[in-house]
Amino acid sequence: MLAIHGISKCYGQTVALHPATISFIAGKTTALIGPSGCGKSTLLRLLVGLIPPDQGIIQFDGEELREDNLQAIRRRLGYVIQEGGLFPHLTARDNISLMASRLDWSDSQIDERLSELCSLTKFPRDGLNRFPAELSGGQRQRVSLMRALMLRPKVLLLDEPLGALDPLIRADLQRDLREIFRAAEATVILVTHDMGEAAYLADSIVLMRAGKIVQQGLFQDLWRQPADEYVTEFINAQRSPLETMTVEGEAQ
Amino acid sequence: MNSNVSNRARKSDLCKRAQSAGWSQRQTEAGYSRPGGVMAIMLMILLIGMLGCGDQEVRFGAKLFPESQILAEMLWHLSTSAGGEGPRPKSVGDTRVVWKALLEGEIDAYVDYTGTIREETLRSENLTTDAEVRTALASRGILMSDSLGFNNTYAIGMLESEAARLGISKISDLTQHPDLKFGFSTAFVDRQDCWPALQSSYGLPQTDVSSMEHAIAYSALADGAIDVLDLYSTDAELASETYRRLEDDRGVFPEYNAVLLYRQDFAEAHPEIIKELLTLVGRISEEEMQRLNTRVKVDNKVAVRVAGDFLISEFPELRPQIQQQFRQRDTSLAQRIGEATLDHLSLVGVSLLAAVLVGVPSGVISARYQRLGQIVLAAVGIVQTIPALALLVMLMVPLSYLEVTSIGAIPAILALFLYSLLPIVRNTVTGLQSIPPAVRESATALGLTSFDQLRFVELPLASRTIMAGIKTAAVINVGFATLGALIGAGGYGEPIMQGITSQNYGLIMEGALAAAGLAVVVQLLFEGLELFVVPKGLRITTAK
Ligand SMILES: Nc1ncnc2c1ncn2[C@@H]1O[C@H](COP(=O)(O)OP(=O)(O)O)[C@@H](O)[C@H]1O
Ligand SMILES: [Mg+2]
Repeated sequence: MLAIHGISKCYGQTVALHPATISFIAGKTTALIGPSGCGKSTLLRLLVGLIPPDQGIIQFDGEELREDNLQAIRRRLGYVIQEGGLFPHLTARDNISLMASRLDWSDSQIDERLSELCSLTKFPRDGLNRFPAELSGGQRQRVSLMRALMLRPKVLLLDEPLGALDPLIRADLQRDLREIFRAAEATVILVTHDMGEAAYLADSIVLMRAGKIVQQGLFQDLWRQPADEYVTEFINAQRSPLETMTVEGEAQ
Repeated sequence: MNSNVSNRARKSDLCKRAQSAGWSQRQTEAGYSRPGGVMAIMLMILLIGMLGCGDQEVRFGAKLFPESQILAEMLWHLSTSAGGEGPRPKSVGDTRVVWKALLEGEIDAYVDYTGTIREETLRSENLTTDAEVRTALASRGILMSDSLGFNNTYAIGMLESEAARLGISKISDLTQHPDLKFGFSTAFVDRQDCWPALQSSYGLPQTDVSSMEHAIAYSALADGAIDVLDLYSTDAELASETYRRLEDDRGVFPEYNAVLLYRQDFAEAHPEIIKELLTLVGRISEEEMQRLNTRVKVDNKVAVRVAGDFLISEFPELRPQIQQQFRQRDTSLAQRIGEATLDHLSLVGVSLLAAVLVGVPSGVISARYQRLGQIVLAAVGIVQTIPALALLVMLMVPLSYLEVTSIGAIPAILALFLYSLLPIVRNTVTGLQSIPPAVRESATALGLTSFDQLRFVELPLASRTIMAGIKTAAVINVGFATLGALIGAGGYGEPIMQGITSQNYGLIMEGALAAAGLAVVVQLLFEGLELFVVPKGLRITTAK
């Protein structure tokens, strides 16, 4: 479905991404995980063609990503960034349907798709007429998702979509996202720095560090057969609040 | 200077074609340099090559002071009485501008002074006698009449009371009073035949010499800021007892005889009108001219009336025609302001529209290609630093090479257009560059074409900033357009200039208040327009 071969990217002296080769499994969800600045967003930007790679090729459905097919391929991808990137001057409805209306979808087609998306993302229909500034953080992320899903993409790229949300809304959305991924039958690449989220949502995990892929596999593989100490260290770094309770309880 | 003649010939050729296309009517209405509404201006721009056509029209020009205006009105009255058709004379600017207008065929005749031609217009040719002047003019296709009867030369004056107290009656008496403060007009200080000549022939010891606008010097004298000023021998002030004109006892000042300058080709085409105009020769004495100036400057009468009244007393047989012309041409305050407003709006509107059409795309390109953008911004920024007056004059030169009219609405619009570019280009660039990268990235990732990104995302997001730039440009233009009067573009500057030169504060207020009012209206208009242009979503964001 989607594969990269020997893709790398430098910004001046900084190597944002060392040559990397990954095949993303069609219809499955892959989580890109790693500390801040390890090149996760860079990888996603390369996949959308927002920045050109220094070397290597990107294949989409067997087709190599080039200047001339870039726009067409982008319309078969959905991309959501952390800050949402919603257009502040357009209502939720217009944000979601802008590209579809540029592609000459009829009003009824658009309306039908909007209804599907609202129920899929559990977004209230009357919120469609609001501007982004009039929506809550969680609602804005749902709108961003709907915008990405509008054209029924085969690939969905999400860059820390839940990063800025508070824990309750986050848990809600995580649950909904699982449904959405299943319903969309898309190949999903999800960037996160939360191992719990990755394990909950993804079929496969790619752990990165300083522009390099450290290990790729199921969560169980990373847990049971870590490629190096860093993998274990990263998994353990995610503290559970209950852990503190137990330690304190034992001390008494 | 044959080119002027052939230029005119070609224009009239074009005009015939335009007439057959049925355009002559509107062309005539647009006049030679006065914008008669936005439509007329558009037409003028389209028909640039044909400007100045409509050779049936007789056009007169004047400099920006009452005497020149009165004399031009006399020419108009006489020409109209002789069947000539054409607009009322325009005060097109200073000597240089009026002279250019005559050379280019924008006007057919005006009154100038022999000394001015010798010492200013044709200075480089070192002419001394009137005969030499006549020959030099003829080689340019310009003819000169004999003196109209008065010599408006420079003179030196003081307050009568001061002069009496100090016992000064001749210029040579000034050498006894080295502490006196002199305030002279700029031209007087600069001209070789004026202050430098005076200083050396009389050996004047005074060192406190400042230069100022002639109309202001009289107030400075009254306030005691200066003791001695230069004046013109026909100044209205000399008709009163308040001032004393000091005798030029060594005969330093040259002759500035008033003469009619007119185009040879015009004289050949309309001998009957020229014959009528030349009846003025020898008819106006120095005292008469002083009296006429007084009626305008002191009694606040309009020049067209003063001129007409004089002609009626001088040529009683013209009374019926001139009274008829009064009825046709007397304008009310409302009418005057209305006309000036239309002119002013045309200047501002057309230049602003052009600046938006050029400035916004330039801003878009500049935001995209940063290197080029820096050059563009620097270029429009430099234009902004050129003083308004200098820009107007600088534009006249290339325009006259292009054989496009170098006075009137077109150069004024061009200057206003150039001035408007900076705020519009700069705000477009700023507006586009301040769009959050996440928004830009999302638009690209959706698969929108770059044109669609610009149209549906970037421009709407930058619209508030762009509108602010356009508003700034519009408000600046309303003020700057008043300077258009210096080159005969009409508008609110005209009453202001006339008011300054004739010391008529009512006229100054008329123009200044109207301009200020229009600036406020423009401001409000754009604030209203913002509600339509700036998307609602953006206004909500800032409200929160
Ligand atoms: N536009 C850019 N210019 C220069 N350096 C950049 C740019 N974008 C990212 N980087 C650098 O590349 C590295 C990877 O960044 P990024 O992919 O955003 O990391 P992540 O998303 O994993 O936090 C970082 O060191 C970052 O500073
Ligand atoms: Mg990132």
